[in-house]
Amino acid sequence: MEPLWQRESFWRKAAVFVTAGMAVVLLLLTFDSMAKSAVGKGRVPSFAVINQEIDYRFDAGRNMRVPVVAGEQPLFGKRLSEAEAEAMVSHGKKTVQAKNCMDCHTLLGNGAYYAPDLTKAWLDPQWEGMQTLTATDSREAALAAFLEHPSHYPTQERSMPELKITAEEARAVVAFLKWMSAIDTNGFPANFDPHAEEK
Amino acid sequence: MAAFDTSRLNGGQKLAIKYFTVAIVLFGAQLLFGMVAGLQYLQPDLLHQAVPFSITRIVHINAMVVWLLYGFLGAVYWLLEEESGWPVVGLALGNLAFFVLTVAVGVVVVVYLLIQIGPGNDFTRWLITEGREYIEAPRWADIGIVVCSLIFFYNVAATFLKGRFSGISGVLTLDLIALAGLYLAGMFYTVNISHDQYWWWWVIHLWVEATWEVLVGCILAWGLMHVLGTRRQIVTTWLYVEVVLMLGSGILGLGHHYFWIGMPEYWLKIGGFFSALEPIPLVAMVVHSVYDSGEHHLRNTNHPAFAWFIAHTMGNFFGAGVWGFMQTLPQINLYTHGTQWTASHGHVAFWGAYVTIVVPMVYIALQKGRGNVWMGSGLAGAWRWKWALGLQALGTVGMAMCLLIAGYVQSFTERAMGGSTWEAYFHAQTQPWFTQAMHWRMAFGTIFCLGFLLLAWDLVVIGVGERRPAEALPARRAEAVPA
Repeated sequence: MEPLWQRESFWRKAAVFVTAGMAVVLLLLTFDSMAKSAVGKGRVPSFAVINQEIDYRFDAGRNMRVPVVAGEQPLFGKRLSEAEAEAMVSHGKKTVQAKNCMDCHTLLGNGAYYAPDLTKAWLDPQWEGMQTLTATDSREAALAAFLEHPSHYPTQERSMPELKITAEEARAVVAFLKWMSAIDTNGFPANFDPHAEEK
Repeated sequence: MAAFDTSRLNGGQKLAIKYFTVAIVLFGAQLLFGMVAGLQYLQPDLLHQAVPFSITRIVHINAMVVWLLYGFLGAVYWLLEEESGWPVVGLALGNLAFFVLTVAVGVVVVVYLLIQIGPGNDFTRWLITEGREYIEAPRWADIGIVVCSLIFFYNVAATFLKGRFSGISGVLTLDLIALAGLYLAGMFYTVNISHDQYWWWWVIHLWVEATWEVLVGCILAWGLMHVLGTRRQIVTTWLYVEVVLMLGSGILGLGHHYFWIGMPEYWLKIGGFFSALEPIPLVAMVVHSVYDSGEHHLRNTNHPAFAWFIAHTMGNFFGAGVWGFMQTLPQINLYTHGTQWTASHGHVAFWGAYVTIVVPMVYIALQKGRGNVWMGSGLAGAWRWKWALGLQALGTVGMAMCLLIAGYVQSFTERAMGGSTWEAYFHAQTQPWFTQAMHWRMAFGTIFCLGFLLLAWDLVVIGVGERRPAEALPARRAEAVPA
């Protein structure tokens, strides 16, 4: 008689039980993760967060930087209801998908590596300087102007192509980026500090 | 002359040849667009507006995913009748699915290249692009893929039910259910990007790091019996062991993709721990392949196929296992995720784990189609397959090392020092070590392409002038499928 660990029948049963067991654990964790990452449940902000100022500060308890929602700062100067904000963010996300943004950029670190990560793009110090270049007076206006006509504002040899993004789509993408920047990403991307230049 | 004669093949094998043919053509397309995408790093003006990097990359990776799937489908149709002892059930439907799928793939690629993008609405998602990395195919194509998968599953499951089930076919059939079912996880829209990415990884990770690995385990098990004469009981037991280790680590190893997408912090521990275990089945595979090759004194019926199988065990271990392990712990991944480290891992893993399983199955198919001819030592023109394999291995390892160096520059300059800002990103992209690595990547990409051209040439001519019959394995090793 072969020892247990050499028996085909033992490993067949083990394959079934291990696979089923792991699948059950994954399902249980999925239920929990879905609940904890639902919109407005803490880790992922409500859409109306685009009406507010978003900051990114170091949390000593968690030893990482986390989004901090501060005072009023309506996007493009207009306060939206939760439903209006959701519609705008959704339009932005559909635009991001329709222009294949993820095949040059990364979102939450996933995508291609040909262009910068967009996870905290809204908070990036880049948009301070871009206000001068685009002759605009706000972060959102600079972002929208750039998205509409990226070839008008080249800052690098590797530049963004014209993607026929309309004015409305550009504003929606900005809303999506602002909302995404308030997601708690466990400290990703590494060492990102929107206040680095101030220091 | 041993011309290719399909009358020597059973129905499933004739269909397999169609899948293999399209697979090799798409392999070429993958390399063409990969080279253009690589050049765009060096010459950003190249096709900047006409075919931007996003499009060349989509075609590069989509062509790879589709040709590997075609290779897997071909491999399964190839072994289906021999393994089940029964003609493929619903073969006409299987043939129809092949043509429908191929036309659909052609239409999707033409739309990718000529239309590229659309307005930010549902029309674009349904008809042009879904814009989600790797599964950009528009929704209509998703539905077509699911229908064709169901037909494929029907062919496989019904044939085994009519004929006989074995350990390999049992694992294969269950794996195909998971393979088709998981694709559904990528077929819905949600505005919540964190949920979007959560389910997207069910398709990407649970395909590539779970169901695909099990599928190639089944193909490898059958292949080793075929070319090496390994006993069925040994390969079947090992297949079960591999399922235990692969799915035991890989299902929760999914968590290493959940570190930074807005999911709870416990994924840092779960994902880190289980994904760190993922290389274990690959180590086991290497150990056993070395043992088995020695046990059989490397005597086998098909030298090119066997050499590619060896490349598979090594490539899967180093590419998927070691290169994945390098950056799977969250403490490291925080600095490497979304950099060229991932591209390095991707290149060596996909070649090492998957290309190296499809190519030997094509060699096995060609051997039979050309009259079960000799493909052992002294084969005329054997230099071609040896150089094809060698150049591809060299090209892959070279590209992986270059991309790894580029990734290191990013981790250090962009993440650790620069604080991951846009300015830091471009600062890293213009560092001499980064740009030099990208130049060398193109050189190794060119070497890989030469390896592909040699492979394509070899597939056309190998065994054509051969008159000797294939080497017979010792009878005691040839074992029938249990009834």
